[in-house]
Amino acid sequence: MVTIKEFPKEEYLLKGHAACAGCGPSIALRLLFKALGNKVIMVVPACCTTVIQGPYPYTSFAVPLQNMLFEATGATCSGIVAALKIRGLEDITVVGWAGDGGTVDIGIQALSGAAERETNFIYICYDNEAYGNTGLQRSGATPYGAWTTTTPTGKRERKKNMPLIMAAHKIPYVATACPSYPVDFVNKLRKAREIRGTKYIHVLTPCPTGWRYDTSKTVEIGRLAVQTGIWALYEIENGRFRLNSPSDRLIDKSKRKPVREYLAMQDRFRHLTEADIEKIQQWVDEDWEYYRKLASNECV
Amino acid sequence: MAQIIIDTANHIAGYAAKAARVKVVAAYPITPQTTVVEKIAEFVESGEMDAEYIRVESEHSAMAACIGAAAAGVRTFTATSAHGLALMHEALHWASGARLPIVMAVVNRAMGAPWSIWPDFSDSLSQRDTGWIQFYCADNQEVFDTIIQAYRICEDERVFLPAMVCLEGFILSHTYMPVKIHDQEEIDAFLPPYKSGWILDVNNPFSHANLVSPEWYMEFRYMIQEAMENAKRLIPEIDKEYGQRFGFQHGGLIDKYQCDDADLIICTMGTMGSEAKIAVDNLRKEGLKVGAARIRVYRPFPVEEVKKLAEQPSIIATIDRHISFGMEGFLASEIKASLYHMEDKPLLAGFIAGLGGRDVTFRTIEEIAKKSLKWMKMGRVEKETVWVDLRE
Repeated sequence: MVTIKEFPKEEYLLKGHAACAGCGPSIALRLLFKALGNKVIMVVPACCTTVIQGPYPYTSFAVPLQNMLFEATGATCSGIVAALKIRGLEDITVVGWAGDGGTVDIGIQALSGAAERETNFIYICYDNEAYGNTGLQRSGATPYGAWTTTTPTGKRERKKNMPLIMAAHKIPYVATACPSYPVDFVNKLRKAREIRGTKYIHVLTPCPTGWRYDTSKTVEIGRLAVQTGIWALYEIENGRFRLNSPSDRLIDKSKRKPVREYLAMQDRFRHLTEADIEKIQQWVDEDWEYYRKLASNECV
Repeated sequence: MAQIIIDTANHIAGYAAKAARVKVVAAYPITPQTTVVEKIAEFVESGEMDAEYIRVESEHSAMAACIGAAAAGVRTFTATSAHGLALMHEALHWASGARLPIVMAVVNRAMGAPWSIWPDFSDSLSQRDTGWIQFYCADNQEVFDTIIQAYRICEDERVFLPAMVCLEGFILSHTYMPVKIHDQEEIDAFLPPYKSGWILDVNNPFSHANLVSPEWYMEFRYMIQEAMENAKRLIPEIDKEYGQRFGFQHGGLIDKYQCDDADLIICTMGTMGSEAKIAVDNLRKEGLKVGAARIRVYRPFPVEEVKKLAEQPSIIATIDRHISFGMEGFLASEIKASLYHMEDKPLLAGFIAGLGGRDVTFRTIEEIAKKSLKWMKMGRVEKETVWVDLRE
């Protein structure tokens, strides 16, 4: 376990990147490089990071980066991993870094295929719960009730549970994270690097542009997502589920803040009715009952 | 040591991938391509071929994996047909745009609906504008030789583009023919280790294919056009060098037969080119001055050679195993376009034949020739596009 004081000083996300002010994904990116260093090859499909890296002939990435088609991250990583194996360069970590649309919607097939083939790589879904790069349309990861440009009165369906879909692939490591908890995220990445096979980390990355909150509140909103239990920090290592701090203390409902606090900070939820908020609270409580069972190995 | 084996074109494509020392194969099954990738799976599992075989979950992923592997510095190969190729379409653009020298066997098959597993060129010709070099083969030996040649051409620093080596489903894919598999050392001497214009390298990091503004995009496209022009010059040279080394030459850009004194030249692609040669022999016996030209390379299109070819005959008949709906056969259009600036142009007659695997024999081609010669005598073509053997 590294502590925050032990994070390396080197930066591989360079100054001058083109992220929005308060961008959650860019914090996660910076932490990714703190965790993995620069002996990585990245694959980035169409997503906000296409913009964050900056346009040709510039780049803000100090690691080799293959930009790739929207739905093809998993397969592209399979190709790179195979080539590195043939070339005897297996000490290089291959990282697929995709948004929620590129993961839970259009990219799910290639990701599922890569996982089933036991491709030795880390796949990170940075989830800002909408198609941010195209102007905030609804994705399969958009939560119930959220405003997007294609759900102007709020999404009617629930968020797809991608980490558990990945766990169903029986891959050796699945984890959730949030850049508001940098030590947790960095240690998960370090752990993932040491494990052979497909590793999947789903990072909730608040987005002030899409979630409609002040750009200074990104870290706070991420914390609230965890503290209310709307986003749980956990890892599933070789099939064993474990809640991580601070989520591990939240099985007891009285320790969780009401979801209302999280929802109220974001204008994308402004139009929610009391009934909506109650429904969301009830779903979160149900999720936690499920987490409790998973954590006590009552079910997998 | 070189050896002659009797096998199908699909298996021969597998032998060629092995002989080219391909390092990553990513493939998804589709009829009639399957036996290509089955053969390669055998080679890899038996250890005869030192390669990684990625059994992807779709053709889109097959091409994506080839792109990743080629970018990470190894020679790659895949094969597909029809709908598989169509599913790859987006990734085909990406491969050429990224200037990766991937080689792919396309086992030509007609597109649905309705379903057809039999050949025509509608699959590969629909990919005309993707920036891939396109070869069309007339026999199994040519399939082997063209795959080897394709790597040499694609990995040339003046080119750095991907290539399709097209062969018609069943007519070639499942037909046994004797093929000479050349000596491996000789092939290694002809085809040096993998080379590409750039590589994903942790010691030399850069972002590849990031967003390009209108200030730069056109230049990248122009470079692809230049590379195609370079390929056009290189292909006949490489074919000649290959011929000198291995004894097989396939005509460079256009495989010409009895064209020097011909009144009529029958212009085809693929196996129809072999049938056309038989037709020419038969027609010549009747005293008719007929020649055959098989367009071996469709992209880059051999405009200059077509012009030269057109100086002799009074009429050119194109036979297209394809139709561009709302227009005509692609070959007919390309030849017309090539000859536009010629002063003394021959007549042009377009024939659509063999769609969805309908047989085009030398007898069909003889009939096409006779109709064309009649029009030549009349000094005009009665119909610009004729659908051959159509039930009306």
